Amino acid sequence: MIPFNFDYFKPDSTEEAIKTYTSEWKLGKKVVYFTGGTEVITFSRGGKMTADAVIDLKGIPDCTVLEMVGEKLIIGAAITLNQLIESDVFPLLSETARRIADHTSRNKITIGGNLMSKLNYKECILPLLVAEAVVVIVGPKGMEELPAEKLASGILEEGTFLTQIKVPVSNLNLPYTSLKRTRTTKVGYPIVSLAALIKEDRIRVAFSGLDEYPFRSAVVEATLNDRTLSDEQRISKAIAKLPTSISDDFLASKGFRKFTLGILLTEMNTVLEGQP
Amino acid sequence: MIMSNTSKYTVIPLLVNGQSHDVMVRSADTLLHTLREQIGLTGAKHACGNGDCGACTVLVDGKPMHSCLMLAVEAVSEEITTIEGLKHSEMRQAFVEQWAIQCGYCTPGFILNCHALVKEHPDADDEKIEEWLQSNLCRCTGYYEIKQAVKFVLEMNKKNG
Repeated sequence: MIPFNFDYFKPDSTEEAIKTYTSEWKLGKKVVYFTGGTEVITFSRGGKMTADAVIDLKGIPDCTVLEMVGEKLIIGAAITLNQLIESDVFPLLSETARRIADHTSRNKITIGGNLMSKLNYKECILPLLVAEAVVVIVGPKGMEELPAEKLASGILEEGTFLTQIKVPVSNLNLPYTSLKRTRTTKVGYPIVSLAALIKEDRIRVAFSGLDEYPFRSAVVEATLNDRTLSDEQRISKAIAKLPTSISDDFLASKGFRKFTLGILLTEMNTVLEGQP
Repeated sequence: MIMSNTSKYTVIPLLVNGQSHDVMVRSADTLLHTLREQIGLTGAKHACGNGDCGACTVLVDGKPMHSCLMLAVEAVSEEITTIEGLKHSEMRQAFVEQWAIQCGYCTPGFILNCHALVKEHPDADDEKIEEWLQSNLCRCTGYYEIKQAVKFVLEMNKKNG
């Protein structure tokens, strides 16, 4: 049971959501946005967060679209992971989403919730990073489009929320692979997770689980695309050039993560370079 | 805009097993709590409370959902099915006939999830069945028999066209 009370609002438009946020915030209330709500509910139950007001974004049409508009795929923030998987409009995103949580939970978890998670893994961002997606943010100051990487580590400004993700159609159906290793079971947080695709004969890859935030690195990609090197050399040099220190925590030691990363990069090369 | 506030309990309508119920809830009440404590449907079990075990699974518009991860206020306008609404289902009968029950605590959640699986994927293969069954934990580890029950219903449905 959630041990505190809150007001629940389900606005019909972004304007109404912002208005509600502003009026509640001015009353000194702690306000949170909510799409799938799995994290809000579990964190609240576990005493990790509180809220005086919850604004459910599922009633906002902008947040529930999943459609092609011109040269962009538009994904509403309240689209569930299973809706993404079943539509399979962006196969790399479908494959990555399929490895997040369990099937039943994916009926509730939304892409917006995953991207705005307080946990660091945010695996749905990996396909967005390599596909050069942009995200649409709405807040009291208006609407703004940002590169998806701004969500990797960023905390949005007070009162703002994610409404949509826009992915260039030209990046939806490129050769890809999505790989993940967990500590033990198939369902779990990643020791290492990566999403990669090939565009114009160059590998693009983004990582989660290695450090505090998901990331994509130009230096790592340059090394992985250096065809003057052998596979083994490319991978060991790429690992040496990671722009971050590798985590050492309860899921895996630093050494094991590094070892696992090497295996996943080898698998990635095999899959991607074996494709036409 | 739908609103539910904290100062008083709010009365909301819930459609459960084809019957409409007006229930008094806090905004923070989960669907699981409301089903059990307000409507008296105790088939959905409280266990992990964290969406990890599936003992609280119900169907929301035909989709399996951890009712511990859903607020009751979110379920307004949705069609909810609990194990009490599947009394005469083929999946329930298959669990009995295939001995897919041991202590029984996880059974309602499993039956609902498996029922949704065969409805959504009448040609489900082993991979699909395992993917769906990962959502539920059986503390007695009766997974083999549970999988057999699913396969039994899939086969029966195919035979019956």
